[in-house]
Amino acid sequence: MAAVDDLQFEEFGNAATSLAANPDATTINIEDPGETPKHQPGPPRGSGREEDDELLGNDDSDKTELLAGQKKSSPFWTFEYYQTFFDVDTYQVFDRIKGSLLPIPGKNFVRLYIRSNPDLYGPFWICATLVFAIAISGNLSNFLIHLGEKTYHYVPEFRKVSIAATIIYAYAWLVPLALWGFLMWRNGKVMNIVSYSFLEIVCVYGYSLFIYIPTAILWIIPQKAVRWILVMIALGISGSVLAMTFWPAVREDNRRVALATIVTIVLLHMLLSVGCLAYFFDAPEMDHLPTTTATPNQTVAAAKSS
Amino acid sequence: MKSRIREFDSSTLNESVRNTIMRDLKAVGKKFMHVLYPRKSNTLLRDWDLWGPLILCVTLALMLQRDSVDSEKDGGPQFAEVFVIVWFGAVTITLNSKLLGGNISFFQSLCVLGYCILPLTVAMLICRLVLLADPGPVNFMVRLFVVIVMFAWSIVASTAFLADSQPPNRRALAVYPVFLFYFVISWMILTFTPQ
Repeated sequence: MAAVDDLQFEEFGNAATSLAANPDATTINIEDPGETPKHQPGPPRGSGREEDDELLGNDDSDKTELLAGQKKSSPFWTFEYYQTFFDVDTYQVFDRIKGSLLPIPGKNFVRLYIRSNPDLYGPFWICATLVFAIAISGNLSNFLIHLGEKTYHYVPEFRKVSIAATIIYAYAWLVPLALWGFLMWRNGKVMNIVSYSFLEIVCVYGYSLFIYIPTAILWIIPQKAVRWILVMIALGISGSVLAMTFWPAVREDNRRVALATIVTIVLLHMLLSVGCLAYFFDAPEMDHLPTTTATPNQTVAAAKSS
Repeated sequence: MKSRIREFDSSTLNESVRNTIMRDLKAVGKKFMHVLYPRKSNTLLRDWDLWGPLILCVTLALMLQRDSVDSEKDGGPQFAEVFVIVWFGAVTITLNSKLLGGNISFFQSLCVLGYCILPLTVAMLICRLVLLADPGPVNFMVRLFVVIVMFAWSIVASTAFLADSQPPNRRALAVYPVFLFYFVISWMILTFTPQ
């Protein structure tokens, strides 16, 4: 971590420190005067900056204070360093989840909710819940689909939990890493006003995956149309959260690069959801009805097609 | 020489093996009672030990084994998988609780989480007994009911011990992973099908 002590009292543009590469850090908010103050990851915004799209939503209960040199920047091998990433209260986590579910045009998720206090609690536990939600729902859904078949023997399919975990956690960490690298690279070429730190990107991605938890549970319903409608809805919501978050970060850039970035983000998101649907949930056969008096022809056909 | 021997007598080095084992077993048994009838007491936290969690985890993992030789096709959890889930789950929850600022020590939290698997182990026992009867929806409903009750019991027991260690504005954040942990274990118990 760079010398954060330099960044007091409205210093602008210390480009040497990586923290200053995050100039969209707003003023500091401290919820509780008794709590340990968070580190300030960048200089406060100047008034001359164009933030036409951004609404700060100052109706929060956050009190804003200038940190007068009381920052904690523990070295990365101490436990306190990692505690700064879990410095959230229950209502904050709920607010962030709510923000990921209701994307409002013009409100930037990072600006509004994360506000230079990215946490790792949300991304980690949302991904963990999603892993088990997908594995369990997939198992349940397969059980219900194949319920009447005589040749079907129920297995809990425990292997799929580890596969789901690998997929989800890889997506939640590697894609933000790639995106962050890409944005940093573009920042070197085009001066972007808004740039995000790696943890903020991880945070956005983690919270944007929340919508898939109820979606995975609803995917138990063995109707193809229902499942695809759910995919569209979930993709619409979380895709728009991501798009609206990252559009300010690329809009200064070449038009085509900006559009390509947003399209890639949404495309990867869709790939994740469709891939999970295809792998963990068996296709419901339209002509397959669980009957107790299945004729031998039907049973053979069902066994062949599943 | 004699005085030195008398010194050793006051320590536990010279006592019979039976005494040592019985003392530890009694401590474990006392904690089992605390889990089964949870009330706010500090015994689990003060004198933590990991024998109880180990016994419970091994019992649970053994009972989740199937009788078939080729367990590859079965898809159920292997012994090692159950072990890993229980212990790494407990470690993750403990780390999470400490990172959120809770003032509970690492092993105390492991101890509590491990001991509170006891209701679910009892549920596993009951499920295995119920599965000896002929399968059917009634069989499943009975098992579902038992697992749900024991799951709730585990959560209540562990929350009674763990919730106080968190500041009130983060209590839900610390309790939710415990809920997820016991939910996954309950799922493994419920979907157990012997073959």
